[in-house]
This record gives sequence, structure tokens and C-alpha cells, in this order.
Amino acid sequence: MLDALMKIFGKKEQSGKIARDRLKVVLIHDRANISPEVMDNLKNDIIKVISNYMEINQTDMEISLANDDDSVALVANIPVARMKHDKGNH
Amino acid sequence: MSEIYVITSGKGGVGKTTTTANLGVGLAMRGKKVVLVDTDTGLRNLDLLLGLENRIMYDLIDVTEGRVPYKKALVRHKKYDSLFLLPTSQVKDKMAVNPEQLITLCNELRKEFDYILIDCPAGIEQGFKTAIAAADTALVVTMPEISAVRDADKIIGELGRADKENIKLIVNRIRPQMVENGDMLDMEDIDDILSLECIGQVPDDIKVVTSTNKGEPCITMDDSQAGTAYRNIVGRMCGEDIPFMTFEKEGFWTRLKHVFRK
Repeated sequence: MLDALMKIFGKKEQSGKIARDRLKVVLIHDRANISPEVMDNLKNDIIKVISNYMEINQTDMEISLANDDDSVALVANIPVARMKHDKGNH
Repeated sequence: MSEIYVITSGKGGVGKTTTTANLGVGLAMRGKKVVLVDTDTGLRNLDLLLGLENRIMYDLIDVTEGRVPYKKALVRHKKYDSLFLLPTSQVKDKMAVNPEQLITLCNELRKEFDYILIDCPAGIEQGFKTAIAAADTALVVTMPEISAVRDADKIIGELGRADKENIKLIVNRIRPQMVENGDMLDMEDIDDILSLECIGQVPDDIKVVTSTNKGEPCITMDDSQAGTAYRNIVGRMCGEDIPFMTFEKEGFWTRLKHVFRK
């Protein structure tokens, strides 16, 4: 009876909707799971591009995927040793 | 021109084998020449669902290891004589067959059959990789349930990595009353999440259990809703444009009927 009243007044959240919302979030994380090999390739490519413009400290460089509640970000921490000024020369 | 389908899901218990048995019988009922290949080595069940468990002499491993030609291992269905089962071994494991062996076998089967349906084991390991290797089309079976949809998503990713582009979705065990009440993922949710062409929507039906008990797939039963849904899938596989059925909901009259039946 109480359940029925709650339904009429729209108090109870439908479990199908909860399932959908939880699935959407978990799949963002699942789909962002890339292999260490791909991650390494990505890292090397980033180094290549950035090295055209600045000297970077490759050993201290960190790159990872960070999961937020409902999104995924590529986070890179790249220590810069020195800027290059001969930009046209690469 | 023959077509090779793999029936897969990731998660176990969503109805891969039931789907394989029903679609196989359905295609045979239309006069197509069909072979069902069970690749769930060590956990074979397709023979039971078809009522052929007492007729097995040789199995898939005997064929792939070259002990017998495939024709010797095929079991003809009792009722539909254009339907054959290639059972797998109940004692070996999934490592006993590799993708190349299955591709070679399927190339031979293509010469004789219109449809080759491969029943895939659960999981994403070697057995899965072997089962999908030869397929032209993958039928991904899922249920309107959070873990089944997540696993379907994973499987779709794995199929993509294996360069399987032709993927279709079957949503099994839908409970219309629960969907109506908002207590089950509906087709719109699943479309939205998986964005895959849907070829079948099958309601949860007690006839699936009773027909499995007897070893006669429910597609042969006129009074089974799941049977109708499977017949529609078979039609779509044969290129027909069939709209999705509307499910019989548990309305006032059906509930009243149930009361009187008791």
C-alpha cells in the first residue's frame, strides 16, 4: 500500500533507470581500459611531438588515464628541462 | 552461398545454446541445410537441447585431430533431416581446438551447408577466440540485466579487435511486465548503450524450460512467445523484414486467468 502511494507520488526511483545509469558509468571506465603496449606507443608519440618544441625529462614523465565519476581524462605530467628556440628547424 | 554465424555472449547463462538450438531448428524447418557446431568443449549441452545426446559417436576433436572425417561425426536430427549437429568432446578442454583448425573445418562445411551456426563458450579466452575465428557474422546474445549488458559490450569490443565487423544483437529473457513497471532495462536503454543492430527480442518464457526438458526447442511450439520471437529471428536471417513483436503483458485478464488456473 505504501509502495503504491510512493509510486503515485513518484518518490521511488525505478530500478531500471538505476541500472541504466550505473551501466553507462561503468562502461566509460571499461572502454577506456587500454593495454600497456598502446599506452607505451602513445607515450612515445607524445615525446616525439613535444621534443620538437622543448627538451623534456623523459624518465620523470608520467602519463595515465584518470577516472572521474562520469568521465575519463588523459593526464600527463611532463617535466620541461629547456625550451627550444629553433622551432623552424625540426 | 553459405553463411557462418557464431552465437556468443561473454556472460554464461544468457541463452547462447538455447538460441543456437532454436535458430538451427527454425532454419531447418524452412528447408535449409544446417549444421550446428558446438565449441563449448568440456561443457557440451547443445546435444541435450536437441534431444540428440544418445546418438553421439565421434566429436569435434576427433575431426580436428584427423581421426575421422567430419561426416562421420555429424548427428542427424530425428525430426528435421536437413539439420545436423557436430557435437564437441565432454572430456577434453578448450585448448583442444585452435582457430586454424576450426577455419579449415568450416571451409569444408561451407561446401555442403547453407548455414553453419557455431555455439561459443562463455568467457573471452581461447575457446571464444577459436569459436569466432571462422564466422562471417556474430550474434551477440544478452539479457536486460546490468552484468549481461556489460559483458556484451566487452564481447563487442573483442569482436572488433578480431576484425569481425558484422555483429547483431539478440536480447533474450525480456520480462515485459518488469519493463513496463520501469524495473528492467528496456530496448531503448540497450540500443543507446550498445548501439548495435538488433535482430531479436525474446521474452522470458516458461516454455523454454519445459521444451528444454523434453529436448525439443520451443521454436516448434505455436503457443510459445519465445518460439514466435525465434521464428522472427530466423525470418530476419533469411532477409525478411519482420517488425518486432509486442509482448503479451500480464494485464488484468491474464492475471485473472492465472487465478482460475490455480
